Amino acid sequence: MKINSRHIITLFVLFLHTALLAETIIVCKNCEFTNIQEAVLSAKDFDTILIKKGTYKEINIRIDKPLTLLGENYPVIDGEDKGEIITIYSDNVTIDGLFIINVGTSYTSDFAAIRVVKSENFLIQNVVLEKLFFGIYLEKSNNGRVFHNKIIGDAVEEFNSGNGIQLWYCKNVVVEQNIVQHVRDGIYLEFSDNITIRKNISTNNVRYGLHFMFSNHDLYEDNVFENNGAGVAVMFSKHIKMYNNTFKNNWGTASFGMLLKEINDAEIVGNTFEANTVGINIEGTNRIMYRNNDFIGNGWAMKVRGACYGNHFEKNNFLYNSFDISYNSNINDNIFKSNYWSNYSGYDLDKDGIGDVPYRPVKLFSYIVNRTPEAIILLRSLFIDIIDFSEKVSPVFTPAELMDNQPQMKRISYDSN
Amino acid sequence: MLKILKYSCYDLLRSRWSYVYFAFYLMLGTVLLFLNNDLSKAVITLMNVIIVLVPLIGTIFGVMYYYNSKEFTELLLAQPVKRSSIFLGQYLGVALSLTLSLVVGLGLPFAFYGIFNSAAMSEFTLLLVTGAFLTLIFTALAYNIALSNENKIKGFGYAILLWLFMAVIYDGVFLMSLIAFEEYPLDKFSLIATMANPIDLSRVLILLKLDISALLGYTGAVFQKFFGTNFGIVISSIMLVIWVLVPTYFIYRKAKKKDF
Amino acid sequence: MIQIKNLYKKFGKNQVLQGVDLDIETGGIFAVLGPNGSGKTTLIKCILGMVIPDSGTININDYPIGKSEEYRRNIDYLPQIANFPSNLSVEELINMIKDLRVIKTAKDKELIEVFKLAPYLKKKLGNLSGGTKQKVNIVLAFMSDSPLLILDEPTSGLDPISLLRLKELINSEKEKGKTILITSHIMSFVEQVTNDIVFILEGKIYFKGSISELKSKTGQEDFEHAIASILQKSYA
Repeated sequence: MKINSRHIITLFVLFLHTALLAETIIVCKNCEFTNIQEAVLSAKDFDTILIKKGTYKEINIRIDKPLTLLGENYPVIDGEDKGEIITIYSDNVTIDGLFIINVGTSYTSDFAAIRVVKSENFLIQNVVLEKLFFGIYLEKSNNGRVFHNKIIGDAVEEFNSGNGIQLWYCKNVVVEQNIVQHVRDGIYLEFSDNITIRKNISTNNVRYGLHFMFSNHDLYEDNVFENNGAGVAVMFSKHIKMYNNTFKNNWGTASFGMLLKEINDAEIVGNTFEANTVGINIEGTNRIMYRNNDFIGNGWAMKVRGACYGNHFEKNNFLYNSFDISYNSNINDNIFKSNYWSNYSGYDLDKDGIGDVPYRPVKLFSYIVNRTPEAIILLRSLFIDIIDFSEKVSPVFTPAELMDNQPQMKRISYDSN
Repeated sequence: MLKILKYSCYDLLRSRWSYVYFAFYLMLGTVLLFLNNDLSKAVITLMNVIIVLVPLIGTIFGVMYYYNSKEFTELLLAQPVKRSSIFLGQYLGVALSLTLSLVVGLGLPFAFYGIFNSAAMSEFTLLLVTGAFLTLIFTALAYNIALSNENKIKGFGYAILLWLFMAVIYDGVFLMSLIAFEEYPLDKFSLIATMANPIDLSRVLILLKLDISALLGYTGAVFQKFFGTNFGIVISSIMLVIWVLVPTYFIYRKAKKKDF
Repeated sequence: MIQIKNLYKKFGKNQVLQGVDLDIETGGIFAVLGPNGSGKTTLIKCILGMVIPDSGTININDYPIGKSEEYRRNIDYLPQIANFPSNLSVEELINMIKDLRVIKTAKDKELIEVFKLAPYLKKKLGNLSGGTKQKVNIVLAFMSDSPLLILDEPTSGLDPISLLRLKELINSEKEKGKTILITSHIMSFVEQVTNDIVFILEGKIYFKGSISELKSKTGQEDFEHAIASILQKSYA
C-alpha cells in the first residue's frame, strides 16, 4: 500500500508537469526533425515525440530522459540488422505505436528492439516487432507495463535467436495482452519477483513459450501457450500462481505443456493441458496445489520424477490421456483426491457420485515405458491391459498407496465450484 | 466369381449368425454412446473392441463358414466355375458380410449420435476402416486354416490358437524381448515386429490418431520419422493391404490343389 | 467320350487309384461298381476335376481336363450326399444353378412336376427330409441336358415311386443318346438300367464288359452272385 500511494502521488505530479510544460516534437520526412535520435536529443523532459508514418533507418536510439515516443500509423524503424534500436535509461518513458524491424543479431551482445535499463514507470504498448533478435528486454527495471504488443520473430535455431519479452532482475511489472511468436523463449523471467503475466498468447516459439528462472511471487493467468518447442518451464521459483492458462499441442521428445523443476508452494488452478506429449512434468516440486485443471488427450497427463512431496491433486479432470500419471519410483507422498478420471472403470452403487472402488492412476505399463521407451509401441495392446490389471490387483512396481479414494463418476464442471 | 460372391453373401445375410453379429455391434455402439454420453471415451473403448473382438469373430466365422458350406462347395465344384472363383468368392462373401455388419452395426448408433459433425469423425472412420481390414485379414487366415485341415475340431482349435497368439501371446513375447534387450537400439526391431502382426499393425495405425502425443515422446530417430510424419500411416496402410493380399493368394494356391 | 490313362491317386498313405485305364464310348449307360473304398467315387471326382490326380491323364471328347473348367458345362453330376446351403430355398437353389451354368432351356419345371416338388419350392433346404433333398438333387442334375451324366448313388433315400420315375428318366436320357455313368450298391437297380458295367477293385479296373460276360466269366447264374464271387476271390 505504501508503494502504491507513493506511485499515485508521483503520477499526479508527473501529469501536472506534463500538462503544464510538455511540448510535442514531430518527426517526419519533411519536418524539422527527420531523425528520431536527433529529436530525442533536443527534447526536454516529459516531451512527446510524435513520429509520423514513414521508414526511419536508425539504431542505438538512446533515451535518457522521461519522454513519450508516439508513432502515428505505425512508422517503421528499420535497424538494417546492425544493432540495438531503442535503449531507455530513464524513468517515466512511454513507447507507443511503433513498428520496429531488423534488429541486429550478434553472438556477443544481446541486441534488443527495445531495452529498458535500470528504469521505473515505463510503458511499452502497441508496438509491433518483426525480424528481431531480442524483443523487449527489461533489465533491473521496476513498476512498468508491457501492454498489447506483437512480436513476430523468425527464429529457427536456439543458438542464434533471442527471447520475445525478457525480464531480468525486475519487480512489479505487468506483461499483458501481448502476442509472441517464433522467437526463442516467448517470455523469459530471471530473478524477477511480483510480476503479473496476463492474457498473453505465446505460440510457435523455438524453445519455451514462457520460461521462469529464480523468480518468486509471480502470477500468470489467462495466457495461451501453444505449439512451442518445449512448452513452458518454471524452474527454481517459489510462490508462483498459475491460473486459467491453456497449454496446448506441445509435441516432441522433450516437450511438455509445463515443466516444473524445484518449485515450492505454487498454486496451479483452472488450467487446461491439452494434447501435449507430457501435460506437466514435475521434478523436485513440493507443496503444490493442483485444482480444477483439465488434462485432455495428453500422452502423459503428469510425469512425476525425482523427489516430489506434499503435492495435492484435487478436483481435476483427467480425460483420455494415454497415461494419467507416471512415476519413476514406487514411493509416493502426494495426495490425489476427488478427481475425475475418464479411464476409471469402477462403479457407484450408493449413487453418491463417488466411485466405490479407488482409482490407481499409475499403470504398470507406464513404469515399463519409463524403463524401455520402445515399449510405447505396445500401448493399448490386450496383453498390456492384462498385465496392468494384475498390477492393479497387487501392486509391485507402482506405488501401492497411490490412489484416488474418491474418484468422481462425472466430469467436474468448475462453474459450479 | 461375382456370382459366387453374390450367392455367398446372400446365404450369409440370411444366416442367424450375421444377425447376431450385427445386433451385437448395434448394441455395443448404442450402449457405449447413450449410456456413457461421451464420444471420446466411446471411441477409445471401441478401439479395444475392434482390435480384440473383430479378429476373433473373423477367425471363428471364417472357419465355421468354410466347414458349414462344404457341401455347397462340392456342388459348385461340379459346375463350370473356376476353383479360385469359388473359394475367393466364398471368402469375400464371408469377409464382406462381416464387414458390413461391423460398419452398419456401429455406424448407425454413431450416426444417430451425430458423429458426422464431431471432431471424432476421422478417428471413427479410421476405426471402421481398420476393423474392415482386420476382418478381411483374419477371415483369410481362417480360410487358410480350414483349407489345410479336414478335421473340423482341429481347424477350430488352430483358429482360436491363431487369434490367441496374435492378440495376446505375440505382444507378450514382444514385450519380453524388448525388456531383455533394452540396452540395444530397438526401434527398428519394434517397428518390424509391429508390421509382422496385423493386430499390432492396426493398433499402431489407430494410435497414430489417438495417442500421437504419447508416441512422440520417444527419442529414437526411426520412431520420430515413423510417427511424426505421414510415413507411418502410409507404411502401415500398405502393410495392411499386403496382409490381406498374401493370405488371399494362399487361399488361391491351396484351392487349386485341394481334393474334395 | 472319356479316355482315362494310367491314373494314380494317393490320399495320405492310402493309394486309392493305382493305374486306372478306361475308355467310355459315347452313348449308353455304364455302371461303375466295386466294393467300398475301391475308388469309385474318387474316379468320378477325378473326371469332374474335384480330385486332382497324382499322375495320369483324363481326356473328355479328346480334350484334356484341368486346363479349363468349361468342360464341366457338358457334365451333369448327381453327388452322393445331397447337402445344400441350408439358408437357401429350393427355388433359389435351382435358379442359382441355372444362373451358374447359364442354362437357357432348363427342364426344371417338368422335373419338379415329375417328383412332386412344387410344395417345397419356397422351403429352406435345411428343413427338408433326406429323400426330398435327393429329389432336389436329381432335379438339379437332370435339368440342364448335358451330353454326359454322372450319377453317384442316385437311389439313396428315394421312395419306390420316385425310384420308378428315376429309372424312367435315366432311360429317356439314354434314348437321347447321352452317356451316363452310374455308381450304385443296389445291384437290382443296376441290372434294370444297364448292361454295361465297369468293375473296380483295389484301385484298378478289374472288369469291363456286359453283365452276361461277367456271369459267364464267373460261372454264376445271376448278377449279384457274380459280383459276390469276385469279391470272395479277391479277399481269399
